[in-house]
Amino acid sequence: MEDLPKRTPLSAVHEASGARMMEFGGWWMPVQYKGILDEHRAVRSAAGLFDISHMGQLLVGGKDSEAWLNAMLTNDVRHLGDGQGQYTLLLNEQGGVIDDLIIYRIEANSYFLVVNASMIEADFQWLQSRIAGHLTLVNQSDQWAGLALQGPRAQDVLRLLLGNQVELPVRNGLLSLPVPNGPVLIARTGYTGEDGFEWFCPANTAALWWNKILDAGHSFEILPCGLGARDTLRLEAGFPLNGSDLSPTHSPLEAGLSSFVKFDKGDFIGRVRLDTERSEGVKRKLVGLLMGEKTPPPRPHYPVFHSGSPVGETTSGSLSPTLGSGIAMAYLPSDMTTPGTPVEVEIRGRRFPATVAKRPMYRRPKTAAAV
Amino acid sequence: MNVPTDLLYAISHEWLRKNADQATVGITDHAQHELTDVVYVELPVVGTKVDAGQQICVVESVKAASDIYSPAAGTVSEVNAALIQDPALLNTDPYNKGWIFKLQLATEADLSALKSPEQYSEQLSHL
Repeated sequence: MEDLPKRTPLSAVHEASGARMMEFGGWWMPVQYKGILDEHRAVRSAAGLFDISHMGQLLVGGKDSEAWLNAMLTNDVRHLGDGQGQYTLLLNEQGGVIDDLIIYRIEANSYFLVVNASMIEADFQWLQSRIAGHLTLVNQSDQWAGLALQGPRAQDVLRLLLGNQVELPVRNGLLSLPVPNGPVLIARTGYTGEDGFEWFCPANTAALWWNKILDAGHSFEILPCGLGARDTLRLEAGFPLNGSDLSPTHSPLEAGLSSFVKFDKGDFIGRVRLDTERSEGVKRKLVGLLMGEKTPPPRPHYPVFHSGSPVGETTSGSLSPTLGSGIAMAYLPSDMTTPGTPVEVEIRGRRFPATVAKRPMYRRPKTAAAV
Repeated sequence: MNVPTDLLYAISHEWLRKNADQATVGITDHAQHELTDVVYVELPVVGTKVDAGQQICVVESVKAASDIYSPAAGTVSEVNAALIQDPALLNTDPYNKGWIFKLQLATEADLSALKSPEQYSEQLSHL
């Protein structure tokens, strides 16, 4: 029994709806509903709904929580007001990435951390073993379900569902909504490059909200989506995936995440290496790669060449449904990371042209309503 | 799943349409459904000699690359260049516009190991 993947509160809903299921990071998840390309386009042009219940929720509280979190994480939690969130990183002592996460301040001395599914236990153990002072750390991952409503029409869907009197959170904000059957936390965050929301609710209300959101989204042509589209969307948007583009040997500065590392806040785990990298520069950097037209889609661990010499390998890759070409990420020596630098990606023994591209390779159109 | 009655089938989900000493090859409706959205086809090279069951080309969906095997021995005589521009033909019309390559069958080519439509339908019913 131990080998069976874990089921989310929505696995049965996905199966009953005919979604194609697969194991991902130990979880039984939908890879697609209608099709990855259709779902991808729905999120870019209208709205899509994803099950993100596999992600973990940790609660940190107590009067020492602010100072302690600032020593554990790279970003500065002192910048957060009540109901605000920030992307941040959990590093090991060597300055490599254990996990990337979003931390929300619910109120003073009360924080809600959303961590990657495969890292829930590791993050929790790491943090628990470093608890000092007046602190509480609770793993509530099994109690929460998560739904990601993403796309330019996401806010219209929520307004229809909740009514216009509910003031939706601003970008990275968190709204706690008192509703029957437990509170709902609505964050204006996502992993797709579009406007959208991540909706956290008690596990036993997941199916109810899943269906309500799909019903509300019907007139906006919402599609239920799987992890396949989630991956192509985040890749276009330039978001790294922990375990692929982030790893315990790569630093956040190498990964291009320096804006989420704050050096003016005192010591934090992993800082020594980052101080060195900041003064001396990093030797390699995570870049985007854009393949030429009509080349095979790049995939993880394909070798990358520059001037005929091997210089790295792809960490992620796929066809970009929006661009119509292959896109990838790779760590390359810093002197090869200027956008436009020509490289080659080896696919089944043949080398295909690609160019270093600025991340993200897709940026959503600015609209008057954008927050 | 659509299993036309005028074709022969490989256990690895390719179909073969025999016409004298020529054969046209593609993937079945079941195969395209399993692959999901096809976004790239790496066509075989005309003139390549293959044995039955030998890997001959690659079809890629958004998620993964999959090997395609020749259902019979022979020499590749023609490839469907339309798939370069429109690989989704494999999804929308796998038995006609989505054909992949043609074989000049080897004189010793033995098609008796291929499945009849009834046998292939039977195979699918166990999946």
